[in-house]
Amino acid sequence: MPTENALLKEYSEREYEHGFVTDIEADAIAPGLSEDIVRLISSKKDEPEWLLEWRLKAYRHWLTLEEPQWQNVHYPPIDYQAAVYYSAPKQKPLLNSLDEVDPALLETYEKLGIPLEEQKALAGVAVDAIFDSVSVATTYRETLEKEGVIFGPFSDAVHKYPELVKKYLGSVVPSSDNFFAALNSAVFSDGSFCYIPKGVRCPLELSTYFRINAQNTGQFERTLIIAEEGSYVSYLEGCTAPKRDENQLHAAVVELVAMKDAQIKYSTVQNWYPGDAEGKGGIYNFVTKRGVCRGENSKISWTQVETGSAITWKYPSVILQGDNSVGEFYSVAVTANRQQADTGSKMIHIGKNTKSTIISKGISAGRGQNNYRGLVKIQKGATNARNFSQCDSLLIGDRCGAHTFPYIEVRNASAKVEHEASTSKVGEDQIYYCRQRGLPTEDAVNMIVNGFCKEVYDVLPMEFALEARKLLSVSLEGSVG
Amino acid sequence: MLEIKDLHARCDATEILRGINLQVRAGEVHAIMGPNGSGKSTLAHVLAGREDYEVTQGEVLFNGTSLLDMEVEQRAAEGIFMAYQYPVEIPGVSNKYFLKAAMNSIRKHHKQPLIDTMDFLKVLKEKMQLLGMDKSMMERSVNEGFSGGEKKRNEILQMAMLQPKLAVLDETDSGLDIDALRIVADGVNTLRSPERAIIVVTHYQRLLDYIVPDYVHVLAEGRIVRSGDKTLALELEEKGYGFLEALSPSAAAAAV
Ligand SMILES: Nc1ncnc2c1ncn2[C@@H]1O[C@H](COP(=O)(O)OP(=O)(O)OP(=O)(O)O)[C@@H](O)[C@H]1O
Ligand SMILES: [Mg+2]
Repeated sequence: MPTENALLKEYSEREYEHGFVTDIEADAIAPGLSEDIVRLISSKKDEPEWLLEWRLKAYRHWLTLEEPQWQNVHYPPIDYQAAVYYSAPKQKPLLNSLDEVDPALLETYEKLGIPLEEQKALAGVAVDAIFDSVSVATTYRETLEKEGVIFGPFSDAVHKYPELVKKYLGSVVPSSDNFFAALNSAVFSDGSFCYIPKGVRCPLELSTYFRINAQNTGQFERTLIIAEEGSYVSYLEGCTAPKRDENQLHAAVVELVAMKDAQIKYSTVQNWYPGDAEGKGGIYNFVTKRGVCRGENSKISWTQVETGSAITWKYPSVILQGDNSVGEFYSVAVTANRQQADTGSKMIHIGKNTKSTIISKGISAGRGQNNYRGLVKIQKGATNARNFSQCDSLLIGDRCGAHTFPYIEVRNASAKVEHEASTSKVGEDQIYYCRQRGLPTEDAVNMIVNGFCKEVYDVLPMEFALEARKLLSVSLEGSVG
Repeated sequence: MLEIKDLHARCDATEILRGINLQVRAGEVHAIMGPNGSGKSTLAHVLAGREDYEVTQGEVLFNGTSLLDMEVEQRAAEGIFMAYQYPVEIPGVSNKYFLKAAMNSIRKHHKQPLIDTMDFLKVLKEKMQLLGMDKSMMERSVNEGFSGGEKKRNEILQMAMLQPKLAVLDETDSGLDIDALRIVADGVNTLRSPERAIIVVTHYQRLLDYIVPDYVHVLAEGRIVRSGDKTLALELEEKGYGFLEALSPSAAAAAV
């Protein structure tokens, strides 16, 4: 059986061939970045003038910025003029049936427990007429509409709800925030827009049912979620199936706004192509995710399981503005082979009695390098603010590494900030004990690693947690022994 | 069932087992006693297949096939179970999940269907009652935060669930209070059967009052220096290992 990497490589290369051909005949523009390109993107999407202006402002600001160098990751310089900044999503099925799909790939899907119809969509097989994805989607859309929930592509929202988009776009992550946020603001392709009206508890886990369709949103995704007073929404992003894109650089921006008594739960499973064993060809994932707890008693939780990408650079953050608001960050980040991750969270306490929790589980295998970088900032007015951070690292083998960079700034004496960190190895003793009870080494390692991540799985939506467990097993296959 | 012939094993440069010979037939209970550091746990680990030890000489046959060529998990699947002197903690993995996974791995090895969850829970409940264990232990992480005695009981629970052919219990009595000792011994006794062999490693005669052995062996400096029936344990209890000194080659040398 080929190793996971060989499999991914084979799959990705194959998809590259197909994808490339389709892209040429589809709607793509020449490589490079300029004001003209920004204008072209905006006009292709038929955007209103204000949005074009917004993009241009971001672009002009981006020109003044330098690519950040402070992260503890290493990669060759990116040539921003070599990238293509707009291509219409490719939708054409590439194959006629699952029989034409590489059996090794199907095996991976099987291991991940991906339903048959989803497998087809992922592998680019034409979907049977029996599986009426359109009607399924419609049913869910109707359910949402009844509650007044708005959920759909960002580009649709720009036309249908311009006032909302205008009001909130860039309100949490300004286009000038950082190099990659500015780049995204200038050229963002599409993404999701979600609005939960006052007092509504969103009846669905958003995006579970849409993720096949939503996965082609491209390299500069833009997501905006607004939860009005007293509302609740759980949003799932990503997919456990191995995903590959011709675009090496991914720079998404996600903005969350929670009003008084509102709650947003944002869960991510990220499994972008990590590159081959030498790290070649993997995705660079440079993401800005931030939420603001604008009203009192509001709550934002970020939960992420990150196993993919060659380089991951992301710090989902919460600005705790409203009094008694709560921010949470739960993360599992896996780095195997040559993968590098610099990830963590920022909690900015502004309001009184604000509370934040950070639970970060880093797993390094092979030559993976895992960095936790976190900032807890307690502002002057944040009386009785509380933070608890726990960063645990698990090492598999002795060629990988884990590093922790916690930054703490406290400007209010009544604040309480606790930080705990631990580094452990998957113990020979533990593996031996499991094996003595009959479990093969690989199962033993999976069990130990999954045990290590339990606190994070416990807060993932159940279905996602099951997928995450399987995903971790596949990601770590062959990393021991 | 088990045949150990002239077994030598070392860890790094130190030779720990220096020619063990032992035969255990199905249905028998053997007790192994001996001073600290004499190699009792090492023998148990070598039977289980721990890779830290290198077997330099000799052979071990288990039901006629060579054990030494098998992987640890393969030996487990073939029915070798070891109750650890120091059970290992696995944070975040529930005891219940662990046991079920272990049972299913062994079933898979024998191409048997996976265990039905209801059946599993039923048997588990029975065995736990037998061992006087609280239900809550099943939801807790494997051995994590267990008291010394709870860990030992948990080992016996695993044995009772896995139903091995050959069980090696390494100082299962240490850390148990008097009542627990009786309960655990009863648990072991219910597993005594004509198809199963048990080796108990212990320092104390007390355990052997409850689990009455067919044979008692004394291990010293990596060799079995004396074998006998259960009365040997009583004799040891009375006289200490001192009376065996004449039998131990280096002690004899030191005495000169
Ligand atoms: N992994 C190891 N590395 C180095 N020395 C070891 C190792 N394992 C065992 N030894 C040594 O081998 C000898 C026998 O150890 P073993 O644990 O088998 O003794 P024991 O008879 O079980 O003792 P006790 O009654 O104290 O449990 C000891 O001197 C011990 O220090
Ligand atoms: Mg011992």
